[in-house]
Amino acid sequence: MAVANTAAASEQVATLPLDVSAGRKKLVFLRNAKSFTGLAILAFFTVLAIVGPWVAPFDPNAVDPNNALAGPGGDHWLGTTQTGQDIFSQLLVGTRGVMIVGFAAGIIATVVAVIVGVTAGYLGGAGDESLSMLSNIFLVIPALPLIIIITAQVRSNSEWTIVLVIALTGWAWGARVLRSQTLSLRGRDFVEAARAMGESRFRVILFEIIPNLTAIIASTFIGTVIAAVLSEVTLAYIGVASLSDWNWGTVLYWAQSSGAFQQGAWWWFVPAGLCVALLGMALALVNFGIDEFVNPRLRSTGMNAATLRKRGIRARVGFTPVVRESLLDGKAA
Amino acid sequence: MKGLVRRVVFYVLTAWVAVTLNFFIPRLMPGDPVQSLMIKYQGQLSADAVQSLYVLFGLDKKTSIWQQYVEYWGQLFRGDLGISFARFPTPVSEVIAQTLPWTVGLVGVATIIAFLLGTSLGTFLGWRRGTRADLLIPATTFFSSVPYFWIGLLAITLFGVTWQVLPFSGSYEAGLIPGFSWQFLGSVISHAVLPALTIVISSVAGWILSMRNMMVTVSSEDYVTVAHAKGLPNRVVMVGYAARNAVLPQISGFALSLGFVVSGTLVMEQVFSYQGIGFTLFQAVGAKDYPLMQGIFLVITLSVLAANIIADVVYVLLDPRTRQEG
Repeated sequence: MAVANTAAASEQVATLPLDVSAGRKKLVFLRNAKSFTGLAILAFFTVLAIVGPWVAPFDPNAVDPNNALAGPGGDHWLGTTQTGQDIFSQLLVGTRGVMIVGFAAGIIATVVAVIVGVTAGYLGGAGDESLSMLSNIFLVIPALPLIIIITAQVRSNSEWTIVLVIALTGWAWGARVLRSQTLSLRGRDFVEAARAMGESRFRVILFEIIPNLTAIIASTFIGTVIAAVLSEVTLAYIGVASLSDWNWGTVLYWAQSSGAFQQGAWWWFVPAGLCVALLGMALALVNFGIDEFVNPRLRSTGMNAATLRKRGIRARVGFTPVVRESLLDGKAA
Repeated sequence: MKGLVRRVVFYVLTAWVAVTLNFFIPRLMPGDPVQSLMIKYQGQLSADAVQSLYVLFGLDKKTSIWQQYVEYWGQLFRGDLGISFARFPTPVSEVIAQTLPWTVGLVGVATIIAFLLGTSLGTFLGWRRGTRADLLIPATTFFSSVPYFWIGLLAITLFGVTWQVLPFSGSYEAGLIPGFSWQFLGSVISHAVLPALTIVISSVAGWILSMRNMMVTVSSEDYVTVAHAKGLPNRVVMVGYAARNAVLPQISGFALSLGFVVSGTLVMEQVFSYQGIGFTLFQAVGAKDYPLMQGIFLVITLSVLAANIIADVVYVLLDPRTRQEG
């Protein structure tokens, strides 16, 4: 029981009803300022990931002793490293690695989470018991040390090894949230009806349960991508991942090992960290958008004081104003 | 009672999984790592070290996998984690015993500060929803999406290099003899300020956000309305009625987030060259010191488990409903 008690907060969000007419609300999701900003930043980084290596003004590995440790400005927009490598180019080229690892690990982990979580929630009984135990165990074991001892012993430290290791250690949280939501869906009338009509178990899960989990699966996916990006940058920073592929963590690794901060070369490590933060914030914003889309109570929570006052909503203790995004008359917020 | 039994089963199982992972990971790796290590060290490894390596990697062909497994458990119960070969012939357990207290001290104090600070800020923000205080929310989002170590790098640049107000490397001043002298303690504290500050800054955001959301949920409960209707002062309702209930998920969340905090802290030690268990782990990775790596992973996992058990006990003490269950 105590296991189920934990993390009640996020599961509470998850158990609120989803079955409001979803079609019309798609636009509401995009109209939400948070998810729009998040998606825009995400699109920006995706474009960089695709074109980065082509538009990079310099070869990230090219050494230029005449321009060593130059500050931002001139030809080198973000300055150069100790050996005169262009930091802006390194970041541009590195975007692809970060995005690929983040999203690939996110996809694999989400698939595992859906399989484990939905099966556990739908089956119940001993199967549920053992699958939830498994995900709880993976939640408690600290992921980073595990990732480190695995990647340190695998001889081929390619990006794909890292993707697999991150995915295999990062699915547990999603499985847990999905399980509790499946549990609440299982008893609903439409699922009962499908079962009564004699539909196979597989079909009920695929066509009745999964479509109703879409929002939660999406937010699980995004949460996993955030974690994967952070793990990957961390692994590259501590030098466990391969150093021949550029990514933001590799830039930070070289900055640290060349003592960039003792020399006050802030331009070497500040932009890389800001990139990670920006990408993470974009993903978090999309996730807030999904939360508000799923749970109308949170819509007013997300608004700032000025907007609330303008719309005549008084947030006070004891009441949660539910903001309808003017579905009927079509006026945008 | 039933709940308690389940918890115990869960912890025993998790500990078993951790030990078993630790046993199998080196054995599943392809190739002969010992050969490649011997080539790397070019005959500097003694025969003893080579033998202990073969045992560690399960390449000791004389025994079956099952026998090795049983033997491994036997070793663990004797507290024998093998011999570190980057610091040959120091036993792994000794290396860990020297470094663990530093990490536990640093992470423990920083996490408790972050938890208390975040929970009280979150209480306030959740209660005063819809005021200017909400402007703090975007900042918390930012701090929860940057890597811990990057904030550490910034802290070093600002406080350590630019303003030179605080030391940023090691856990006490070189040359001091560890002991209970004021000079030594002062040095330890001043060296811990920056790492602890960084951990607090990067982990406080999560506590604020979850406490705020719980306060929002709890404040629409009937008992809060009743407390208001009784005419109790706002402060009493906030602390004694709303926050008291909202804090429960924080405590159980404490257990889960601990793994995350520990992971962040390991890297933090590397940034600050703080001689805790994380710094040692990275040295071990650099030196390909497998016995030390395995031992550290095991100790970290078991410590996180122990912290979880403590959080569980606190939860039961705080929430009478869990005591009635059985």
